[in-house]
Amino acid sequence: MGDILIIGAGECGVRAAFALREAGHEGGIALIGAEPHLPYERPPLSKTAPTAPKIIAEEARYAEAEIALMRGSRVESINRAERRVRLSDGSALPYEKLLIATGARARRFPGMEAALTLRSLDDARGILDALGPGLRLAIIGGGFIGLELAATARKLGAKVTVVEAAERLMARIVPAEIAEAMAERHLAEGVQLILGTGVAEVRTNGITLADGRTIGADMVVAGVGAEPETRLAAEAGLEVTNGIVVDGRLATGDPHIFAAGDCCSFPFNGARVRLESWRCAQDQGAHAARAMLGCEEAYARVPWFWSDQYDLTLQVAGLPDPSLGHVRRDLGGGAFILFQRDDAGRLVSASGVGSGNAVAKDIRLAEMIMEKRLRPDPALLKDPAVNLKTVLKGVPA
Amino acid sequence: MSEWVDACAVDDVEEEDLIRFDHDGKTFAIYRSPDDDFFATDGICTHEHALLADGLVMDYIIECPKHNGRFDYRTGEAKGAPVCVNLKTYPVKVEDGRVFIDVG
Repeated sequence: MGDILIIGAGECGVRAAFALREAGHEGGIALIGAEPHLPYERPPLSKTAPTAPKIIAEEARYAEAEIALMRGSRVESINRAERRVRLSDGSALPYEKLLIATGARARRFPGMEAALTLRSLDDARGILDALGPGLRLAIIGGGFIGLELAATARKLGAKVTVVEAAERLMARIVPAEIAEAMAERHLAEGVQLILGTGVAEVRTNGITLADGRTIGADMVVAGVGAEPETRLAAEAGLEVTNGIVVDGRLATGDPHIFAAGDCCSFPFNGARVRLESWRCAQDQGAHAARAMLGCEEAYARVPWFWSDQYDLTLQVAGLPDPSLGHVRRDLGGGAFILFQRDDAGRLVSASGVGSGNAVAKDIRLAEMIMEKRLRPDPALLKDPAVNLKTVLKGVPA
Repeated sequence: MSEWVDACAVDDVEEEDLIRFDHDGKTFAIYRSPDDDFFATDGICTHEHALLADGLVMDYIIECPKHNGRFDYRTGEAKGAPVCVNLKTYPVKVEDGRVFIDVG
């Protein structure tokens, strides 16, 4: 096997690089990252202040693993016929296999051009380092990023308003009851929530809402989702539909090119999904590494997300389906988990919220129950006295 | 130097599970394996500050509740991303139905 190039030095690309060595790859590995920093974890950026980067691996580990980490380096184009990429400094690098792990970029809708976004370490420094008592922060979007930033900003004493176009928070991934529990907490912490209202325009001194109201703000941050970074793939003629299209192995239509993490659209449970998930990025990076070395297995891990807001942690395993009912498990201290089963009785999602790590163990067990495609008895799911480990080990598939 | 501390009763820990044990300002984790052996490690994950006692034990693996970092609790060995720093382990002995760990 010749040289393997990885475009993107985020969680996915870094994981892929190390996984290649762990799987015995002896050829060259180049990890090309656009940012100047040593690769760092993105999840803490919206959750912690002051901003101190949490690096994924010490610099020496790249050298030990003989991974050529190219920071501050951009790929301009992929030449599939010659199997080489061209960098912004004009140089070219050949590849035997190429992994596109370019991630996603923060989205801005028309009218939001003046809003800041939070995606990178530099973004986080620009926002969090400016927050302080009395500063008026307006956040567009009541998703994970917006709400985590709201919680962090309240801790720093800022006055926070969150504007969400949907009728409730976190509508894309989290069941309504959990969103309500989180909304209550934000209100109790003094966050002003404006739901069901779009944004007409972001100005230097605030926001004009779609209904004409204005909100004064010293800083406006938009957290309205992300778009996959697919330009290189699309220009190289690879199929792109809400992400770079890959098969179960995470291979694109070109057998020498793979894609993984936030930038790819992959098959899951008979549908095509694109996830923005820290753990999926890691797992897919590792999976793509093995696939590039010849492993034929399909990626099949259950999606998993989390969010920390104040002392509350929310965790989701699987993909919640608004059309399905749920079974509720109350764990005490206000913590609870909602389980959803499909028509065949198989567990398809588990979403929980609670203080600290109150829901973590059960969510993890639920994930394993989903991996084994079990049909758990809802009465057992509901009863907090039942250890879900017995459900995992005891229910026939 | 050895410093044996009485951590808990044998029955305080369920099989294939763990509990938290605090001593002298430090947090430990005490494990009972599926074959009924006891082990002890530091109680906080090496990745981010999270109590391993809230995590899940499956066979000989403790998985952190926060970001799923995994360790073999018998040796403390980190079992892959996101954790890369091993967990410190402590000697354990069982006497008269009590579990002792050597924190020295």
